[in-house]
Amino acid sequence: MLVKSLLIAASCCVAAAALATPNIQHWQSASGAKVLFVENHDIPMLDVSVSLPAGSSFDAADKSGVAGLTHHLLDLGAEGLSEDDIARGMADIGAQFGGSFDPDRASMSLRTLSNAAERDKALDIMARVLQRPLFPEAILAREKARVIAALKEAETKPESIADKAFQKAVYGAHPYALPVSGEIASVEKITVQDLSNFYRAHYRAGGAVVAIMGDVTRAQAEAIAQQLTEKLPSADAPTALPGVAMHIPASEQRIAHPASQSHILVGAPGMARNDPDYFPLYVGNHILGGGGFVSRLMNEVREKRGLAYSVYSYFMPLKQPGAFQLGLQTKKEQADEALQLVRNTLAEFITKGPTEKELLAAKQNIIGGFPLRIDSNRKILDYLSIIGFYNLPLTYLDDFTRRVEQVNVAQIRDAFARHINPQAMATVIVGAPPASADKNGAAK
Amino acid sequence: MKAYLFCIALLLGVAQPAAQAEVFERTLANGLKVIVKEDRRAPVVVQQIWYKAGSMDERTGVTGIAHVLEHLMFKGTHTVPAGEFSKRISAAGGRENAFTSYDYTAYFQQLHKSKLPLAMELEADRMRNLNLTAADFAKEIKVVMEERRLRTDDEAHGLLNEKMMATIYQQHPYQHPVIGWMNDLESLTVGDAQAWYRRWYAPNNATLVIAGDVKADEVFALAQRHYGAIPRRALPPQRVFIEPKQAGIKRMVVKAPAELPHLVMSYHAPTLQDPAQDWKPYALQILAGVLDGNESARLNKHLVREQQVASGAGAGYDATSRGPSLFTLEATPSEGRTVDEVEAALRGEIARLVKDGVSVEELQRVKAQVVAGEVYKRDSLFYQAMQIGQMESIGLTHRAIPVMLEKLQAVTAEQVRQVAEETLQDDSLTVAVLDPQPLSGKPKAPQGVSHAR
Repeated sequence: MLVKSLLIAASCCVAAAALATPNIQHWQSASGAKVLFVENHDIPMLDVSVSLPAGSSFDAADKSGVAGLTHHLLDLGAEGLSEDDIARGMADIGAQFGGSFDPDRASMSLRTLSNAAERDKALDIMARVLQRPLFPEAILAREKARVIAALKEAETKPESIADKAFQKAVYGAHPYALPVSGEIASVEKITVQDLSNFYRAHYRAGGAVVAIMGDVTRAQAEAIAQQLTEKLPSADAPTALPGVAMHIPASEQRIAHPASQSHILVGAPGMARNDPDYFPLYVGNHILGGGGFVSRLMNEVREKRGLAYSVYSYFMPLKQPGAFQLGLQTKKEQADEALQLVRNTLAEFITKGPTEKELLAAKQNIIGGFPLRIDSNRKILDYLSIIGFYNLPLTYLDDFTRRVEQVNVAQIRDAFARHINPQAMATVIVGAPPASADKNGAAK
Repeated sequence: MKAYLFCIALLLGVAQPAAQAEVFERTLANGLKVIVKEDRRAPVVVQQIWYKAGSMDERTGVTGIAHVLEHLMFKGTHTVPAGEFSKRISAAGGRENAFTSYDYTAYFQQLHKSKLPLAMELEADRMRNLNLTAADFAKEIKVVMEERRLRTDDEAHGLLNEKMMATIYQQHPYQHPVIGWMNDLESLTVGDAQAWYRRWYAPNNATLVIAGDVKADEVFALAQRHYGAIPRRALPPQRVFIEPKQAGIKRMVVKAPAELPHLVMSYHAPTLQDPAQDWKPYALQILAGVLDGNESARLNKHLVREQQVASGAGAGYDATSRGPSLFTLEATPSEGRTVDEVEAALRGEIARLVKDGVSVEELQRVKAQVVAGEVYKRDSLFYQAMQIGQMESIGLTHRAIPVMLEKLQAVTAEQVRQVAEETLQDDSLTVAVLDPQPLSGKPKAPQGVSHAR
């Protein structure tokens, strides 16, 4: 069985079925790494991820891109292994080796068959990649050229232009404004030494979170966690990031682009992963623009008026307050109409909050859909990683539906009012409508 | 949301003969085929209904109607008002969407297993009771146009692909984009949608796939209760198009705002007709794996890492589709290199393949991934259901899935070489090039833009 049964008392509004959550085991490895493990033998495979606080927010502004390239080059050469040895080694056993990278986290993840032959080989490669990367000079030169090519391409894409301008407007000088892959000018200057220095400072065992899900025993999981982290550099924890300035001035940028649609982003700093208002904001946003076809934004913009294919809002919960962002794309000629509509929708939501009926519907969806959040090894692995990395309680999944159920309309209104000020938001419009082009520079 | 899929590549991973999860099938009296995959790992279920009607069944002038109808399927029936379908699924904790391809249109919901009756009730209702109004159509066609602008008109690679397909196929309806030509979208009417719905939305033109923590017998009874009363309908014959044989290389250029050029080489290729007897489609799948199936595959290793002529390169082939298939090679030149150079490099790979074939190690590596992929597949209920629905909708059967896996394992190195030689011929090749255009003198980066406070 994938899950253990855990009965939670049915609440007054939303009849909760018997909910089940995985049994999370947790310990600290001798290396100092934090480990979260769910043992499950349904499928003869193993998923492992190792996450480190080594995302793009740890870059220095003039070296933007170092964190990303450090992560990118990990599996392109390690002690005793060429990049091709690594790629071939994993492919020969059908293992999938990948990673993810964001402002907070740099992660490597492995999916392999759990037979000892495949598993041991895959873990051996992963251990060396994580702990003995080489950052070869020639490969850095090649990969820099590829990153720069991708950055140049991104500078022609309305969605990328909008995102970059938005992050800058929301975060100013804070490192969350730094593009995750760096800037063309800063990437050009990056050296092997930069990568080695960054690696030594940020790939510390003490900061590592190991998530393990699947067909191994507790004893095997302990050995795996130790194997993957025992040779990570030992360094002092880096100084904490500066705080995010929560209140930003209202701004509006209109950036010309030949695309037929305008790409519109509106937002401001939102909430941190451990914000006490996490659940009211999460549930509230579900109603506003996170709940798919039934959200207010979707209803106003798409269902009632046909103004856009996609319209959404979300909070990006990070270590420090990540962005609250609202976005859509629409034909240039109607961009101003659509922008006004989403602003009005947001303002009304913040002033009045959701209705009881909307809140009930949102709770029904989130609580009723809870089993879908943990119905595969992949999804559970991701939760393990997040719970470990952001220091969420180990009972996070057990508590989830109860926390959602406890949210009320007043809490949502209150939490939004304290976090989001519609009068002080950044707006970016790429592919701005021609009729409004002369508004360039005019404050709104 | 309401995404359309261009074509879903059946991954190299096909199914294991001794799949642990059981598959059961029954056809109702009205012709609806019901397939159940039991999988009790989690208390969830997915319902997918697949209609054998995709954009390839459209005719000139009404392209895009299959996908437009897919959008309109959320607009209500005589008893379930507009928007209510999504609200009820949402209130049941469900996730839902739909997709349209060249070959089929499918709708799905994922929910707690106790909510399957609700999902069936709603899905069965809109199979026959859709309430199409001119007002809903007028709004939704605008949404589809926005979708087209987003995915194709403003997307250089989307545009390149659309124009390439229109060049590759002279007669076959794959020449038309799934989302439809803008000019057709502008002239479509609610009557076109009504006609499409009446023509294709019938139980005897559909496959219902249910996967999850369910019992097959109970699902069959439930399906009978909800879908059983829907009358079968006479279906129009599905016209079979035989694309006239290409008689020489075709070359084309698409200019669009972008930074990097891109080159795609597409060769006509066979599809799987007889899973037990065919060998070429399997050999082509292995070939695609040798070229681009893993990080150490030839295109990445040779073109990107060693020669550094490309900043990215790939190969693709889909063995299973209703219409003809393509074997595709593509690459983006590195800075300072040209599309001619990447074409020469790709041709160099082909020449080497045809001359020297593939090594035993390469073959084993690709097969190892097929075997592992079979195990990994079991982690995704949705994907397992997809595979079944897709096979049924293109004229094969889910029973072919284990056969395909065995046949893939049996491919020899010489077969891979031979199929490369036969397939990768200039006379059946279309070369499409993206010629990147500057953003018409506008600032490329936001730095130069006034920033009002």
